[in-house]
Amino acid sequence: MKALRKIIKYELQNILRSKWILIYTLFFFLLTDSLFRFGGSSGKVVLSLMNVILLIIPLVSVVFGVMYLYNSREYIELMLSQPLKRRTLFLGLYIGLTLPLTLGFLIGSGLPFLVHGVDIVAHQAIVFMLLLSGIFLTIIFVALAFLISTVHEDRVKGLGTAIISWLLFAIIYDGLILMITYMFIDYPLEKPVIALTLLNPIDLARILIMLKLDIAALMGYTGAVFEKFFAGSLGLFISFLSLILWSTLPIWIGSRMFERKDF
Amino acid sequence: MIQISGLKKQFGKLEVLKGIDLTLNTGNVTAIVGHNGSGKTTLIKAILGLVGADSGKIFVNDTRVNGDVRYKAEIGYMPQIARFPENLTVAEIITLIKDLREEESATDDFLYDAFDLAKEADKPLRTLSGGTRQKVSAVIAFLFQPKILILDEPTAGLDPLSSSILQDKILEERRNGKTIILTSHIMSEIEALADELVYLQDGEIFYNGHLKSMLRNTGEKKLERAIARLIEGAAA
Repeated sequence: MKALRKIIKYELQNILRSKWILIYTLFFFLLTDSLFRFGGSSGKVVLSLMNVILLIIPLVSVVFGVMYLYNSREYIELMLSQPLKRRTLFLGLYIGLTLPLTLGFLIGSGLPFLVHGVDIVAHQAIVFMLLLSGIFLTIIFVALAFLISTVHEDRVKGLGTAIISWLLFAIIYDGLILMITYMFIDYPLEKPVIALTLLNPIDLARILIMLKLDIAALMGYTGAVFEKFFAGSLGLFISFLSLILWSTLPIWIGSRMFERKDF
Repeated sequence: MIQISGLKKQFGKLEVLKGIDLTLNTGNVTAIVGHNGSGKTTLIKAILGLVGADSGKIFVNDTRVNGDVRYKAEIGYMPQIARFPENLTVAEIITLIKDLREEESATDDFLYDAFDLAKEADKPLRTLSGGTRQKVSAVIAFLFQPKILILDEPTAGLDPLSSSILQDKILEERRNGKTIILTSHIMSEIEALADELVYLQDGEIFYNGHLKSMLRNTGEKKLERAIARLIEGAAA
């Protein structure tokens, strides 16, 4: 644990000084702040912000994570020639990258809410869910990035896989669900669709935020089924369990592979 | 001392090491030479535990290399390419390694002073030239007075003055009874530093023996010529 803390400490020093993390934070700050200035109410801001967050956080986390690990190749070799366990280094690098990205998002998006204030008390829960979703997505997609770059020796392949997996989760997946729903329109599909939704962290995050926004009614019958499931305590429990599994499984598999990897 | 027996390693279909048997003695500088892709770096990385062996055994000072990382405390490693976290400073990367090793014994700051790195101490590592990064890498390798030094192309990219400082340091450590492994493409450097020569060809040991006796046996004065003679002799 002591070694892990040390690795994280120096990782933080390294990454917090990087201009990219500053740009990332500023991006969220300017975006949220201008949404407030142009949009008005905190409910509208959350809705617009949600759409950006669900796309940008996974993309930046997975691409930045992959590139970061490839660029650290020589540093990793140097560290592994020290009396240091591989798992400690892997987790140290992971936490050391996830923390600054999470902080960047939290500060960038959270500060404008503090400055402009949240209109009604009920909205506080939505803002909380929005920020929580952002944190989960960062953790999950940096973990995916670490898994991808441990699997692929070649950085071009790694970057390609990262972008494809982002496309899959952020865009293609919804299209597939829509296609399946359309193809099997005569059958009761609510349960399979809920199950499919649980498999995609971006969809999960979207639903958790939208349910708090109370616009599920706009989604018609399916929306009602969704609301019944996800707003219930069992649904909420399963959703968070799924997010937690998404946050832990890839990094656990990645760490196992990292332990056996040849450098 | 390092003992290697029957070491094999394959990357996909490519056999990189085809059964290496090698003993590297204390107080010796062993130069590992061979053309590009002959398996030099893979051999070094196997000793460091960076590459896992498919079969065979490696013992570093009687500790078997298989998962337990503690033996690495006795090794100082200078990689071929020195790249560090971009935004850390020279002082910070050295403190980081010191922090991780937590050794009680006094550190060897000779190279740090000799290379005059105090001047660069507060500069971020990304702003340093390749040669300066190489110096930082050398300082880290020698810092803990390790019993074993593994130096992969140590003087590549160093200016002549720094290069000779490093060479003198290597010879001094040899006199102190260290086990030193060295790879280099500069034959004159190997002649100046090495006691033993291991010539790798396509993942096999082609020659392993005293450097001086090899020069004597082939009747050549220059190492390049002597190695060429060896290869010709084997081909004939």
